[in-house]
Amino acid sequence: MEEKIIYFDNAATTKIHDAVIEEMIDIYKNEYGNPSSVYDFGNRVKTIIEESRKSLATNLGVDPKEIFFTSGATEANNWAILGTARKYKNKGKHIITSTIEHHAVLHSAKQLEKEGFDVTYVPVTEDGILDFEEFKKAIRDDTILISIMAVNNEIGTIQPIKKIVEYVKDKDILVHTDAVQLIGKKNVNIIKDLGVDMLSLSGHKIHGPKGIGALYIKKGVIIQNLFFGGGQEKKKRPGTENVAGIVALSKALELTLENIEEKENKILELRDYYIEKVIDKIPFVRLNGSKQKRIPGNANFSFSFIEGESMLLALDMYGICASSGSACTSGSLDPSHVLLGIGLPHAIAHGSLRVSISEYNTKDEIDYLLEVLPGIIDKLRKMSPLYEDFIKNKGVN
Amino acid sequence: MYSKKVMDYFMNPRNMGEIEDASGVGTVGNAKCGDIMRMYLNVSEKGIIEDVKFKTFGCGAAIATSSMATELVVGKTVQEALKVTNKAVAEALDGLPANKVHCSLLAEEAINAALWDYAEKNNMNIEGLKPPKEDVHEEYLEEE
Repeated sequence: MEEKIIYFDNAATTKIHDAVIEEMIDIYKNEYGNPSSVYDFGNRVKTIIEESRKSLATNLGVDPKEIFFTSGATEANNWAILGTARKYKNKGKHIITSTIEHHAVLHSAKQLEKEGFDVTYVPVTEDGILDFEEFKKAIRDDTILISIMAVNNEIGTIQPIKKIVEYVKDKDILVHTDAVQLIGKKNVNIIKDLGVDMLSLSGHKIHGPKGIGALYIKKGVIIQNLFFGGGQEKKKRPGTENVAGIVALSKALELTLENIEEKENKILELRDYYIEKVIDKIPFVRLNGSKQKRIPGNANFSFSFIEGESMLLALDMYGICASSGSACTSGSLDPSHVLLGIGLPHAIAHGSLRVSISEYNTKDEIDYLLEVLPGIIDKLRKMSPLYEDFIKNKGVN
Repeated sequence: MYSKKVMDYFMNPRNMGEIEDASGVGTVGNAKCGDIMRMYLNVSEKGIIEDVKFKTFGCGAAIATSSMATELVVGKTVQEALKVTNKAVAEALDGLPANKVHCSLLAEEAINAALWDYAEKNNMNIEGLKPPKEDVHEEYLEEE
């Protein structure tokens, strides 16, 4: 019906800043030399990479030597987890993570189980925050690694990373965090705000391109390489550098962090306005995840009696992009592990709708969403046998 | 992902609603897997399905297949309706994505369940009519 795209799926990926695209084009056109080459046309590209590394590191409060570029956060997560486990397997075979991690972490942990490691998946509270008591109980003498996400991608809940680091500081355990949904959303100084040994980040979640990310590895921390090849990235991550991607990642973070407090407030205002209006306009809704310990751009509601994919399809007819944790969008018969992890019954988890807001969204767009959403929910509920049963007081499954 | 026809039946579902005091009502699927279909049908004394309505909790394909199934059985005899397969439902919608084929199975099962209810209420023995399956999804999972 509408030509215009209204993009509310910024936790999935983001619009690339125009200035970032311009820098990438410049690199592709004019700086295509191989950074490992001896001649100036190649060598000067190395300088470009190192300048980008320095800028990225500065924006994160760390040393450029601690930044290693990867193909994205999936690789960074795999590297941190598999690389640590394989390096310290003689010291211990126990790893701790949570039930609500991204699949890049969960499936890396599953792989390690196949390699003979023992993994504890610490549950979260109803609010979607790591159950700290359970976490404490999970620590063993042979624990070598803790990997907990900084912010959950589906429900936006902020995890107590600093508290985890403090708690294990006297123990010989490495702490990794998947910070894909945190970096670029707030001003973060890795050392002061988190204190982790390793941190993964991604370009395309912060208005940069896909196919680039980084792993921060604290000075002195040694993990095994994931890939084998040339001597790039201080012999830790081989492969000819994705120069345009590296430049773009660094530029994207720089631009995204520009006036970040102002942007954060604007995003938070839009988000809270949306949450308030949804609760006001639509009955039988539930906000998933803590309201307070939540990243500004995320709103995740469950709408009782209806299923997520049908909501997304109907919104798509109005040019609105959002996402859901329903089975039909996950490609399996089970709804999202995150929503089940916070204790939602299947039927409620199937009816979730995540709206994730960025600096590019406007109040007009939120108003448009609020204009069409109640009608969609109403229409789908009128089709729903669960709603019919509820209305007839037969109870709901 | 979906054909134009699926989107049309999803956005403008035919025969959505309830029938009061229907000859037969059948509900299949479960909330765990994310789709539940309910079929209402009225059967005339001559055994013709005169009216069919549906309600569905589920994805776009679940809604479209249940709507299409109602269209395929209305005006038919009970015997003819029993011959409407999930394949026919999917074909009438110009095909379904592979991971949505189970929605058409569920639609076929919903019709069957409503006819079973009709037969039970009227103490009839309809040839070829089988009792509704406990869980269509289990069968689907086994097939995979």
